[in-house]
Amino acid sequence: MKRSKDSSIGIDWSAYPADQFFDEMITPKGNARRASREVVRHFSGLSREELEQRRIAAERTVRDMGVSFTVYSDGENIDRVWPFDLIPRVIDAEEWQRTAEGLKQRVRALNMFINDVYHEQQIFADGVVPSYLIKDSKNFRPECVGITPPEGVWAHICGCDLVRDSDGKFYVLEDNLRVPSGVAYMLENREVSKRVLPEFFESNSILPVDNYPSMLWQTLASVSPQKRRQPVIVILTPGVYNSAYFEHAFLAQQLGVELVEGADLVVDDDDIVYMKTIDGLERIDVIYRRIDDMFLDPEVFHEDSILGVAGLMRAWKSGNVAIVNAPGAGVADDKVVYAYVPQMIEYYLKEKAILPNVKTWLCDVPEHLEYVLENIEQLVVKPANESGGYGMMVGPHASKKDHEAFRKLVTENPRNYIAQPTLQLSTTPVITGIGEAEPRHLDLRPFVLQGKELQVTTGGLTRVALKKGSLVVNSSQGGGSKDTWIVQREKD
Amino acid sequence: MLSRVAERVYWFSRYLERVESIARLIQVYTSLLSDLPKDTGISWHNLVLASGSHAEFERRFQVKDEKRVVRFLLEDQSNTSSLAFSLKMVRENIRTSRDTLPPESWELINEFQIFVSENIQQGINRRNRHEFLEQVIRTCQGINGLIADTMRRDGAWHFLRLGKNLERADMSLRTIEAGASMSAEFAAADMPEAAEVVWSSVLHTLDAMTPYKRTMRVAVSGEDAAAFLLEDALFPRSVACCVRQMQESLDMLPDGVEVKKTLAKIAKPLGGKIDYVDLQKLLVFIDSMELHFRSLHSAVDQAWFQPR
Repeated sequence: MKRSKDSSIGIDWSAYPADQFFDEMITPKGNARRASREVVRHFSGLSREELEQRRIAAERTVRDMGVSFTVYSDGENIDRVWPFDLIPRVIDAEEWQRTAEGLKQRVRALNMFINDVYHEQQIFADGVVPSYLIKDSKNFRPECVGITPPEGVWAHICGCDLVRDSDGKFYVLEDNLRVPSGVAYMLENREVSKRVLPEFFESNSILPVDNYPSMLWQTLASVSPQKRRQPVIVILTPGVYNSAYFEHAFLAQQLGVELVEGADLVVDDDDIVYMKTIDGLERIDVIYRRIDDMFLDPEVFHEDSILGVAGLMRAWKSGNVAIVNAPGAGVADDKVVYAYVPQMIEYYLKEKAILPNVKTWLCDVPEHLEYVLENIEQLVVKPANESGGYGMMVGPHASKKDHEAFRKLVTENPRNYIAQPTLQLSTTPVITGIGEAEPRHLDLRPFVLQGKELQVTTGGLTRVALKKGSLVVNSSQGGGSKDTWIVQREKD
Repeated sequence: MLSRVAERVYWFSRYLERVESIARLIQVYTSLLSDLPKDTGISWHNLVLASGSHAEFERRFQVKDEKRVVRFLLEDQSNTSSLAFSLKMVRENIRTSRDTLPPESWELINEFQIFVSENIQQGINRRNRHEFLEQVIRTCQGINGLIADTMRRDGAWHFLRLGKNLERADMSLRTIEAGASMSAEFAAADMPEAAEVVWSSVLHTLDAMTPYKRTMRVAVSGEDAAAFLLEDALFPRSVACCVRQMQESLDMLPDGVEVKKTLAKIAKPLGGKIDYVDLQKLLVFIDSMELHFRSLHSAVDQAWFQPR
């Protein structure tokens, strides 16, 4: 790759290789894409020194703001500084609008599906989705059958991961319906870029993201069982050792609600949840829980869980408290169920899916399994129930030994595996040295909220692989992040 | 307010006060040692005594030289009274209760911890020690100022105030104790002029020199300094003033009958009944006060931090 020797030029876009994958900022010919024009121009206008100063300022800001995530390694919890790349990821506002509609449609259908699963199971009876999916699902909770949460909503907060393929179109990669995290980083990323790139905000029409806390508060308040003006809302965290603790504390502060741990709550014989305050017990209406189903209530799930609250399920079933997301919502957070979402949308909403799925082979369909075994070197194989990028294999990047191991795994437990083509994930420029930018693969996690109303974040959290050629964007595995700018195009 | 949050806010405040105290203590002590005649027999070890962590120090070290003592008090993470450890606890406690404190305080604490971890060597060597410690003290004052200026006077505020004043009173007692025991040694060695240097540094440690002079209108003497630091009702670091502030906060918190009783016991002798002439009697009295403050903490813990 040729390098610019001229130190007055910050990033020399003519040296940037944009022709290997679909690049979101630069066309293969080396021009800026329409929505990115101003951003690219600005970065060209910064000298190498200025660019390096901004980069250092951003790093400093992230540290001062205490933005961190926790990784567990060698039996120890380490607090790591959140990796942030200075160059924003730009998305055209019109394109975003359509994408947001697609996300709302998807989550609406998913919630109807979950409610159906725990009631009539009409969709199975009608043969649209095979019923064995549920019988064998790790995340199906028989305890939830027959319950109708407020507004019929189970998954109030969803993180749907989007990727672009070589055609430049958005595809849904997965739906996170259990305890999706990352929204705090979306908000903090914007705070950082406003501080270190202030002039960019003057000349660009960048849509704000900071209405998220109030959107979230409205969503939580709208499902309160007691209709009162000031419902008591809490965020339930597993505690300081959880990898997302930073986010739990951040959201509690942003929402102005208490951050509680299991030991702070108690359920009395009246099936009401209380928190232990210096004035005695105070009744709680809504729990935004950030712990998994199985740890929620030792009376019902893992009996040795010290993270949860004994009696919580009783209180929820009696309708005395709302739990967000509802217990059992994870039944739709399964990569096999995912494969059927387009059919669900047609079935429940009588609409065509706006956002396409990534082509998915289900290992327990015999013809699919055969294909997967034959082509495993080209495929990405994922366990149906994991999150965080764990337990998956990227065929082209894996060894022969791994291919063999995964052939064995999918044959032994086909229900638990799916395979997808190795996507030509889109790229965007990431600063890799002083005055240097290179393309790196990325994804996007928007957050969809459903209570009384349906809302989507403006953009979402952009995660980016920092290693050249890597497709893994998870921060726990060396990924970084970028601020996501939804930009209104200039009229030309 | 959650019991757990009350506890964390209380400890946040205690540790923040401790950070400032240690910085002051080392600051003043460094200058005291330059002022005292070389043959006084006063060593760096007195500093360990004043910080209240001598048991731990003696368990681990034989040599009691400047470097070892200052390292122990500044950067030793296994010393629960060290500056670095206290600051870590400040951050840990605000991290788990940041929803109750002003948002900017979180950022200030982060910057503070980064500053200290990057510059703590400056505090070890005498040459840059003053500047480093000055910065630490100023940052603490800045954070206290931010909180005092922006925080709503709710339950959390009163727990902050309780923690701060309890830690403060305890520190003032230990500083007076260190002064009294050094004075006693000088009196025995017939070096009364050294006593004045010591009491001046006691007053400086607690930022009390000017208020002392303006209030007492006498030259520095052990009796007057100790009386001012124990009984002046209006000086923020005097024990009586700390007690009064705690009483005000207790009135704003629910229940706490036992806490009020314990505090009343502490307040009682602070009304002109203390013998300042007999240093041995004074030391015994201070010792009993320190024990009372320990019971006060237990009473607070029982009243509000133990989930019912």
